[in-house]
Parts: sequence; C-alpha cells; structure tokens
Amino acid sequence: MTSPQQHSGPQQHSGPQQHSGSQRSSERRVVITGLGVASPIGIGAEAFWDALMAGQSGIAPIAAFDASTLPASIGGELPPHKITDYVPRTYRKSVKLMSRDIAIALVAAHEACKDARLPTKCMIDRKVLEGDTIDPTRFGANIGAGLICPDLDELGAAFITAADEDKNFDLNRWGSEGMSNLTPLWLLKFLPNMLACHVTIVHDAQAFSNTITCAEASSHLAIGEAFRNIARGAMDVCICGGAECKTNPMGVARSALKNRLVTSSDVSPEEACRPFATDHADPSMGGTIASEGGGLVILESLEHAQNRGARIYAELSGFGAACNTQSWSTPDPTGAPLVLAIQNAIKDAQISAADIDLVGTFGCGVVEQDKAEMAALNSVFAGDKSSQTGRPGRSAIAIKGAVGNNGAGSGALDFCATVLALYNNTIPPSSNTEPHGETMPFAFATDQPIDARVQNAVSVAYALGGGQNAALIIKRYSEQQA
Amino acid sequence: MRQRVVITGMGWITPLGDDIEQVWKKMLEGAHGVGTTTLFNATTFPTHFSAEIKSFSLENYLGKDAEKHADASRNAKFALAAADNAWKNAGLDLWTALDPSRVGVYLGGGEGPVDFENFVAAAVAGMHAGKENNTGRLDGAAWGKVAMKRLNHICELEQEPNMAAGHMAVQFNAAGPNMNTLTACAASTQAIGEATSIIRRGDADVILSGGTHSMIHPLGVTGFNRLTALSTRNDAPEKASRPFDRTRDGFVLGEGSGIVVLESLDHATERGAKMLGEIIGYGSTADAFRVTDIHEEGRGPIAAMNIAFNEAGLKPQDINYISAHGTSTSENDKIETRSIRSVFGEHAANIPISSIKSMIGHLIAAAGAVELIVCLLSIRDGVVPPTINYGETDPVCDLDYVPNKSRKTPVRHALSNSFGFGGQNDTLIVTKYE
Repeated sequence: MTSPQQHSGPQQHSGPQQHSGSQRSSERRVVITGLGVASPIGIGAEAFWDALMAGQSGIAPIAAFDASTLPASIGGELPPHKITDYVPRTYRKSVKLMSRDIAIALVAAHEACKDARLPTKCMIDRKVLEGDTIDPTRFGANIGAGLICPDLDELGAAFITAADEDKNFDLNRWGSEGMSNLTPLWLLKFLPNMLACHVTIVHDAQAFSNTITCAEASSHLAIGEAFRNIARGAMDVCICGGAECKTNPMGVARSALKNRLVTSSDVSPEEACRPFATDHADPSMGGTIASEGGGLVILESLEHAQNRGARIYAELSGFGAACNTQSWSTPDPTGAPLVLAIQNAIKDAQISAADIDLVGTFGCGVVEQDKAEMAALNSVFAGDKSSQTGRPGRSAIAIKGAVGNNGAGSGALDFCATVLALYNNTIPPSSNTEPHGETMPFAFATDQPIDARVQNAVSVAYALGGGQNAALIIKRYSEQQA
Repeated sequence: MRQRVVITGMGWITPLGDDIEQVWKKMLEGAHGVGTTTLFNATTFPTHFSAEIKSFSLENYLGKDAEKHADASRNAKFALAAADNAWKNAGLDLWTALDPSRVGVYLGGGEGPVDFENFVAAAVAGMHAGKENNTGRLDGAAWGKVAMKRLNHICELEQEPNMAAGHMAVQFNAAGPNMNTLTACAASTQAIGEATSIIRRGDADVILSGGTHSMIHPLGVTGFNRLTALSTRNDAPEKASRPFDRTRDGFVLGEGSGIVVLESLDHATERGAKMLGEIIGYGSTADAFRVTDIHEEGRGPIAAMNIAFNEAGLKPQDINYISAHGTSTSENDKIETRSIRSVFGEHAANIPISSIKSMIGHLIAAAGAVELIVCLLSIRDGVVPPTINYGETDPVCDLDYVPNKSRKTPVRHALSNSFGFGGQNDTLIVTKYE
C-alpha cells in the first residue's frame, strides 16, 4: 500500500504536453490477445476476416420484422446462430432475461475468450478449454452499450391489455392491471449495464467493470479506459468493446428520424452504404445502414499474456478522447474534436502522425459526418512527411459498407478489422468506398486486398449524436519496447 | 508524476432544493422531499409517490443560454443546472486562462424519459394490427406508419444517455475527454472515480463529473414496480424510505443531479481555488454472480471497498463516516451491512453510517454524486446527516445508522458506496484536503 502523498506528492507545475507523454513509460504495456466479433458478415474473427477479404456484404432486407413502412427497410443482421451455443448449459434459462443486445455481447464475449484461448469460467464450463480459470479478481469488463430498444412484441402485448373500448391506451388501466402482464424482470433486459452483467457472470470477471454509453464512440472509449486501468495495474485482463442491435423497429425508426439512413430504393442493399462518397446526386443515397453486432476484445498486461503464452495480435499503445464543443447534434465540419482525439492518442503512444501506416476510419456513410471525418484526417496527416511525398504507403479501411452501423458496437468492429489488418500484413478491400474528389493522405483497397506491413495504426470513432470522439493507436508487437 | 485530484466545486438539483447550503441544512434537520407523483398520474400504480424536482426552470441557472438547450431532456437540464452551480462554485466562470482541450466531462447520466404517449400509441397500433393478422406479434408495418408520424427526431436523439454530457461540453466549452457511463445506480460514483483516474494520469486538468437521472415516468415506475423494488407505502409516502429499518419495503424513486468539479491539485493551486476535498480512493467491481440477486456474502461490495482502501493507503479504522448506498430495499441494506462488517471488522460498529436516500429518495444514476457532495459537507462542517424514518432495529442491520438526528462528529476521511442492479459496485474515498 502506498499513501496518497507518496504516489502523488507535490511537484512543479508542468504543461499538459509533458504529462501524458511521460506517463506511458511508467505504466505497464498492454497487448491485444483476443478478438470476439459478432457481425453481419460473420461471427468470430476468422469468419469476419475472410468475409472482409472476400468483399462480402452483410446488408439485406431486414428479416426481423416488417420494416416496409419505414423510410429504410434494409439492415445488417447477424448470420443465423443460437445464443445457447455461447453460454454454459447451466445458464440457458437466463436467455429469457436477455435483450438482443445482451445476447450479442455474450456471443462476442465467447468468441473473444475462445480466440484468446483465455480460460474463463465459460470456456471451462463449455469445455472449449481445459485447466484452471484465470484469477477472476484481476479480470474486468468494460462493455459499451446503447439505448437498448424495448422488445415491442412483449411491451406491446402488455400495453394492449390496458386499452380502453376505443383501443386507446389508458394509463390508469395500465397502472391497475395492464402492467402486471409484463414479466417482473422486464426492466433488467434494458438497463445498458446488463450486457456487462451477463458477460461478467458467465465468464466470471469480478474486477473493474464499466458500461460506457456514448453511442458510436462507446467501444473505443471502453477499450481506451480498459487500457488505462490495466496499464496502471488495476487489473490484468479486460474484456472490452461494445454491442448493440439497431435492426428492430425502434432502432430503425430512430435512425431514420435522425435522417441518418440511406432511404433510396434505387440501389441494391449490398451497395447502399458508401463511406466517404459525399457527392450523391440524390440525397436519399447518402446515409448509413442500421445493423446489429458488436465486438469484444481481450486486453492483457504484457506480463500476463507472456506468462500464459498467449498469441499477441498487437500492442495497444495510445488512447485519446475529445468532444465537440460547437454542437451536440451535428459534427464540427472542421473535424476539430476528432483531430484533438487523434493527436492526444498519438502523443500518448509517443509517436508522430508520420509513423502511422494504417487508418481505421469510422466512415459510416452519413455525408456530413464523413466530410467532418475526412477533414480531420486530412488535418492530422496533411503536414507529415509521407503526405508531402505523396506516399501511397499509408492505407485505410472502411468496413461499414459491408456491415452497416450498429451504434455502440460499431467502433469495436472497426477496431478488430484494423488489428487484423496489422496482424495479417494485409489491407482488406473496403466495400463501396471510393471517395470522390477528395485528396486523402491514405489509400483504401477497393477491389483487391493489398499487402502491407503496418507498424502503427490508428482506429477512430465518434458518436453521431452527442459529440464524443475517440482514437486508439495499435502498434505492431515486438518484445522489445521501441 | 501522478496528480493529486481535488474537488473545487459542487452543485446539485435535489428533491430538497438546488442550493448547496439550504439543502444541506434541511438534510441536517431530517427534512424529506417525497410526495405524491405529479409528473404523471400514478394513482393506479402500485406506488403513487416519488421524490420530484418541483418547478424547475433551466433559465434560472443559465439565463439566456437556456434557450439553446430548450430541447434537452429533463435529466440533461438537471445536469446543466447542477454543473453551472458547480462551475461557479469553483470560480471557473471568473478564470480566463482555461485551456478547453484540458477540460473534460465524465458523467453518470441516465437515458432521457421516453416519449411515452407517442411511443405507446405506435406500439398499441402495431399490436392491434398483429392481433387482427393473428400473429400475436407486433405488426411492423402498422407500427411504422404511426411511429414515423408521431415520434420526433429531437426527442429520440435527446433520450440518448450521452446527450447530457454533450450539452455540457458545449455549455462549458469542454473540448477534452467526454464520457458517459450508465452502470445503473452506481453510475455517478463510477464516473467520479474514472474521471479522477483521468486527471491523476495528467490527461485533463479539470473534469465536470457526477450524474443525472429522471426515471419518474410511466415506464420507469413500471419497471421498478414490476421488480417490486419500490416502496408501496402509499398511506405515508414521507415515511416510505427507511433504509436499514426492519419494516423497510423498497426504495423511493427520486430524480435530480449532482455535479462536482474535479481538478488536478496543480491546476487548482495555480488559480487559487478553494479545495473542498481530495479523492484518494476508488474501487469498482462486478459481483459476477446472478442477474437478479446480490451475492449473499457481499463479495463485490467488499472487493470494491478494499480496492479503494488500497488506493487510498488507508485502513478501515481511518474512516470517520460512511455514506451508504442504503436504498431501503430488504436485500441491499442487509448485504451492504454485511459487507461493511466484513471490511471494517470490529470498527464497523463505531463508524457513523447514513443514507440520505431516506430524505431525497433514490436518484438512480445521480445518487452517488449527490452522496459524495454530502461527504464533502460532512468533512467541512464536522457533522453527519441522519437516516430518517428509522424506527425498528433489524437484526441483520445492526450498525450505527445515525438514526433520525444528525450528529456532530469530526470527519477527516469519508467513504461513499454505490451499488447497481446487475452486480455493479463502486466505492469512493474522499478526504479533507491537507
């Protein structure tokens, strides 16, 4: 134990720049050892990567419900799967307590632990792995979640029991009798922290736990915070990222009301979402696609990973966050908040913009958001060496043309794609991503994958509403600290 | 290298009022803010009462600036008002040398109230159509027609839990890290703990932190009533919240916001700020036990408190006051008591413990921040607030809950607990700045 005086004694005032740069060197290194993906193009990191490489699309007419009267009726839904395949046998009865968002998180969590060969309780219970479990008191969770949409079949069925003779809802009747038709544990399906609740129970993660709810920025902020907490020694392992389902009536309606979706019916689903295509002749062609999915990744202290002989995808070396101060509903057209987030992350990683070879973009297809992001990326990378020489050596990835936007779990999918690209020395093609007339400090792979040896990558994300921005720096792992 | 983190400002919007000193005085007198629910007609609900914020107007705090936040949800407006008070309390309105990129927001903000009438209208239409089609399920097409006509894009956006933090970034020009956590009833304690880590590391100089929530709406009350988590003492609402009392029957739903200004000691010293206290310990854990029950031994709360002690470099006997989570539910109060006994051992009985939820109800995501402010005031004034409505001793709740009357006692170190549905546990330790 140390007293607060000992570890934070008085010191000379030092400027902000000096703080973060020197902090990293006194902290533990953190590595990425598992990627758990639940995406419309595949469940599991391998299936996800193969589908990205093959340019597959996960966008199709929505099957979960009749979306024909909504402005958009296409979406990105997960491939068929059974949630009971992702939880221990003894936990099967708990499935009825899960919203879709929770179930997706459990799928991603299972895939992450399996991919990391991390012997959690669930891995042992399900006989995926053998041996002793990891120390649950040093294993935490930081799982981003969205504003979970109520299950309208369930809620609607209860509502109509409180309808009057004219089929209108009567609040008094709801209070006296209607609400009793709702399952007693109803609320527990829709609290955002129930994703972490179920994941921590199934995998027995008892250390630091958090639920970041910052829309599309949630996953990055959660991964960044987990990174910090492992680095400072608060835990050794963390399952982190995010998950959300927007392919339900409220999810699609909300996105449509906010004018974020492609509403044109003149385009095929798999070509509908076109990241950074900001020149649509018809405005209804601009926008994103509502989807479902998420990603959870395993972060570990380097020491913990080495001790158990884990496969290391990459090192997480920097995190930065910032916020829009101009508006909570529209992006800053200059991209300033994203610039600050990326610069903070770059500084944290003790590198410069020129050292970044791969940019994992957010690129969701919403025109004003894409424009702001491109402005930010141009600003960060325009002044650096590689851009001056017109080096096409810096690559970029945009995956939402293939997977759409699920909200809180979107950033984690981008992050996983970026980590895999770095690890596999390959930039997968970015579906439907052919930026028009933009000068870019990087190149997307359009039709074919590109071989590339990436030293440092940045993955960015931001909330489409709310103003939160975040960036993570992923570094090629080497045993020696560079 | 690590920065010490001090609190230099505080503000709150509570069912007992919005002024720090006046509300504090009322708490020390054992006043309550509970009454019949007026935000909607709850007379046929199992619970008719709550602890509401009455006659709130954002203009009273932000003046002309209130207009630009006119569309914000109720909870976001509470947060803006509490933050404005905290900001001014810290003297930041008069400090012109702030670097916006070093100012952040970390909130435990709840979701905004659902657009209930329109939401229900669409669901009922969709369900009736489903019934006519004999599917027994919501008819998506029928639902969509009504939903797109009646739901409103602003209202749907403003419900998102990160919006209060977004409004605050604009209002206070906070361009630095901005985050929102929603770990149920533990959220604002968690937010303050994580924000402290951000400043301690040097990633921001100032963070507006705390929480805000309002679940006093038909769906919120429905959810808690179905869980049988709320008191149903409709004949005596003012006596309904009775943490640790043998006859407790659930919590009283409250609403409001608590915001503190967290600041690095260097930054606070440089501008000559008044130090209201220092955050020295924070612990967060998951029960990882069951969806519906708390771990019987209090495994998670015990670990959270121990982690906080470890960080603070203190021992349990150093604590002079515990602000309990103390919700007034049968389970929470029993297991919280058990956890405190386990962590504090023989000292447990000597430490005053109170739950201000007895007076202002349970502010859900905002509860922990308001309770932390109470800890700061207890440290400042050497007096701890009472747990009101305490009458009968429960054999499983056998500690000193400061029953019914406030008590003068020196407080140097205080501990605040918050526990959330789903097994989320958070503890903060705050100390007198020295």
